[in-house]
Amino acid sequence: MSLIRFERVSKRLGGRTVLDGLDLTVQKGETFALLGSSGSGKSVTLKHIIRLMTPDEGRVWVGGDCVSEARGRELERIRRRFGVLFQNAALLQWLTVEQNVALPLLEKTPLSEAEAFARARERLAALGLEDARNKYPADLSGGMQKRVGLARAIIMDPEIILYDEPTSGLDPVTSRTIDRLIEDLRQRLGVTSVVVTHDLHSALAIATRIGVIHQGRIVEIAAPRDFIRSRNEIVRDFLEAQYITRRGAWEESDRHET
Amino acid sequence: MITREPDYFEPPLNPFGQFGRKILLSCRGAGRALLTLAEAIVFVRFMFSRRNRHEVVYQMFVTGIKSLGVITVVGLFTGMILALQTGLELRRFGQEVNIGTAVTVSLVREMGPFMTALIIAASVGSAIAAQLGTMTVSDEIAALEVMSINPVRMLVMPRLVALAVMMPILAVYTNVLGSTGGALVGWTQLGVSLRAYYDNAIQYVTNKDLYVGLFKSVVFGIIINTVACHQGFSATEGAVGVGQATRRTVIISFLTILVCGYIITRLFYS
Ligand SMILES: Nc1ncnc2c1ncn2[C@@H]1O[C@H](COP(=O)(O)OP(=O)(O)OP(=O)(O)O)[C@@H](O)[C@H]1O
Ligand SMILES: [Mg+2]
Repeated sequence: MSLIRFERVSKRLGGRTVLDGLDLTVQKGETFALLGSSGSGKSVTLKHIIRLMTPDEGRVWVGGDCVSEARGRELERIRRRFGVLFQNAALLQWLTVEQNVALPLLEKTPLSEAEAFARARERLAALGLEDARNKYPADLSGGMQKRVGLARAIIMDPEIILYDEPTSGLDPVTSRTIDRLIEDLRQRLGVTSVVVTHDLHSALAIATRIGVIHQGRIVEIAAPRDFIRSRNEIVRDFLEAQYITRRGAWEESDRHET
Repeated sequence: MITREPDYFEPPLNPFGQFGRKILLSCRGAGRALLTLAEAIVFVRFMFSRRNRHEVVYQMFVTGIKSLGVITVVGLFTGMILALQTGLELRRFGQEVNIGTAVTVSLVREMGPFMTALIIAASVGSAIAAQLGTMTVSDEIAALEVMSINPVRMLVMPRLVALAVMMPILAVYTNVLGSTGGALVGWTQLGVSLRAYYDNAIQYVTNKDLYVGLFKSVVFGIIINTVACHQGFSATEGAVGVGQATRRTVIISFLTILVCGYIITRLFYS
């Protein structure tokens, strides 16, 4: 069942066409990885899903609701289904880590402060941040901020989570922790995720499908195992750039098969 | 929604087009700023709720207490300068005892609220614009909106309350200090005794002067908050944009304060 659907979405920004008739469907319960070179419009695509941007043409659907035309209470209802990790974490600088994570609970639920902070601490512990909980975001490394942003994104137990480069700037070991967390959320709670990433290794490990955006359109969508065999030039460049395949390797294997 | 997509316009064909576009965009900006203000006023009724009261008190502290030092100096010297200038003129007619009235009336009616507003616009107003601007360009405002936390309620309303409450208090403080400074100058430089100065001042300052002055400072506080928040929220393009928002805040609020100060005076004294 499709949960997020882009219908011929076009968007111009700063006099340049960023999305050009983009079609995309994300199924319920899947982890969809969105790949693309820097500046190809991955963050812009994510922003359309939660109506931080509105398409010039086309529509974006979440379930049965058209987000790109929703307003007021309806928009709030749709947004409540989402948890979002922004590319630069977007933590509030005057609140401590713990307060940042507990903020949605304090603002949007009747939980008492003690309960909210207890839950926040639980999530922080799961991400290996229990020692940082009384620090301010400015005192954390970029990778730690990102993990705090992640803790905040999942604190309300959302049904859909959007990750903008969750593992960039993290060491490989911590990256895998995040991968496991995303995978765990999908398996245990059936969370649907859209993960924007440059890290092809993690995309191959956690995604159920991988899509590549290029010049405003999705040029390839495939499950990981078909993805590494893709014959699409852009996909091949990606794979080779991260040493997952070697230039010419596929021609060789083709020759062996025949 | 506070988060807006950046505008992009094709470069205009001629200077007239550019000028016209500037005017239209300023009108749109003013309209948006007033809408934000209206929304913030609607939220004022929640100022004592669990979610907001902490921030309201904190903003009052920042606006009021942290500005006391500079306001003390400015207040004192404003009064001293007024006393010296008018005193030297009045002495030619042997009227130096009237500096009490001259200093106190001009302070209470005009200079007190005005000087306070300028200082607060330059310090608190620019700080608000810088903070909200940074939050805007680093997606923090967007993050709040996605969490369905209204940035106007969380950020604008507490600052509005703080400015609207603290401005008149600070203006009174400036008046008192300025008047004291005037008395000191009168006593040391012009030979007017403190007693004579105060009797003279009290005799001619009316309640109306005080009320109009206080009304002015409330209006100035609201202006500073409205301009600063609007400029902060419309910051784009990273650090440069934040700098620009700060600069614009100071300029626009200075000009608006001047013009509104005149209009209010005109309304009440003619
Ligand atoms: N607010 C904006 N104003 C003007 N142009 C924008 C804006 N946001 C994005 N763009 C443009 O849209 C294009 C795509 O940006 P986007 O942030 O989606 O890239 P991205 O794929 O996320 O890249 P990265 O991997 O570097 O994050 C860029 O060329 C950028 O210049
Ligand atoms: Mg991006």
